[in-house]
Amino acid sequence: MCSYIVEKTALFGSAKGPNGWMRIDTACVYFDHPYHTPLDHALAIDFINEAEGGRERVAVELSAESARALVEKILAALATGEAAHAAPPAHHHGQQHDHHGHTARAATEIPA
Amino acid sequence: MPYEGMIAETVAFHGHNSDIGEAYFARPLGAGPFPGVVLIHHMPGWDEWTKEQARKLAHHGYAAICPHLYFRDGPGSPDDIGARVRAAGGVPDAQVMGDAAGSQAFLRAQAYSSGRVAVMGFCSGGRHAFLAACTVPGFDALVDCWGGNVIVDDPKQLNDKRPAAPIDYADKLQCPIIGLFGNDDGNPTTDQVNRTDAVLKKLGKSYEFHRYDGVGHAFFNYERPGFKPEPMLEGWKKVFSFLNSHLGAAFAAAAE
Repeated sequence: MCSYIVEKTALFGSAKGPNGWMRIDTACVYFDHPYHTPLDHALAIDFINEAEGGRERVAVELSAESARALVEKILAALATGEAAHAAPPAHHHGQQHDHHGHTARAATEIPA
Repeated sequence: MPYEGMIAETVAFHGHNSDIGEAYFARPLGAGPFPGVVLIHHMPGWDEWTKEQARKLAHHGYAAICPHLYFRDGPGSPDDIGARVRAAGGVPDAQVMGDAAGSQAFLRAQAYSSGRVAVMGFCSGGRHAFLAACTVPGFDALVDCWGGNVIVDDPKQLNDKRPAAPIDYADKLQCPIIGLFGNDDGNPTTDQVNRTDAVLKKLGKSYEFHRYDGVGHAFFNYERPGFKPEPMLEGWKKVFSFLNSHLGAAFAAAAE
């Protein structure tokens, strides 16, 4: 509907774009006409590094149903993953995660 | 049957504040005179589909310029630039009006120009076109294809970039208007189109609205599920009939 409504959130992470991996600090989320997906409206997410000008992006356009399913799966993966990582490691193989998720090796196996 | 041929290319134009930007320009080959159309792209940006519409206009005898409204946020691919512009809240109306005025001047400066120029836009470009026909001197006709937010019901939508609803300038509308709308569209809604109709009627403006049942937004756009072939074909016929009436007949190489 050609709205100008954009939800922005700061985040920490990386994304792989046309020039390889890049650090990202912002996600712009909106539901509007897509550029590529054959839908009237799509949920779009642009991952950018605003601190570096935001000129490169990693973009996705999803149907509303796909986006909702993805949200559920993200939350599910976080719940099971964090639970697994919170469990006392049977064998300590390497470094623990820091608060940004940086790690050299996982301390425990993640259930498939 | 007239000779058919066109040239379509990227050109430079002087836009708002005399900024030099890029535009897509499609025109028939030949000496003219050719009427002109300033074609305003939709919010996703200066995309392939919009450029195809410029070539369609050229095929029907019009010199059509489509300014890249987001050129100041380049370089980059139109979709990436469009995303940046969206994240920044869109482009200011005043800047778009300056770009529309510069595009109009570009058309009139060509040796083959007939001197008659329309402004046409799709979606947010329909809104921009409406605003241009009210506030930029010199347009001879307006083609509004499902322009949303011509009427603004929520004052929160007004801001520094879009300080007023285009309908508030309707008394300054200087040329005839044709509007195409789907009755299932959410922006503009049927109620908003009814109210625009009522305002134009009250002001005694020359206008024709064509409205289609079972049709939503952007029904010319074959890349979207809302594409409706029959209303699209009917709509283009109405548009070309309107343009021929108000700009002077263009040759109609492909009209038969």
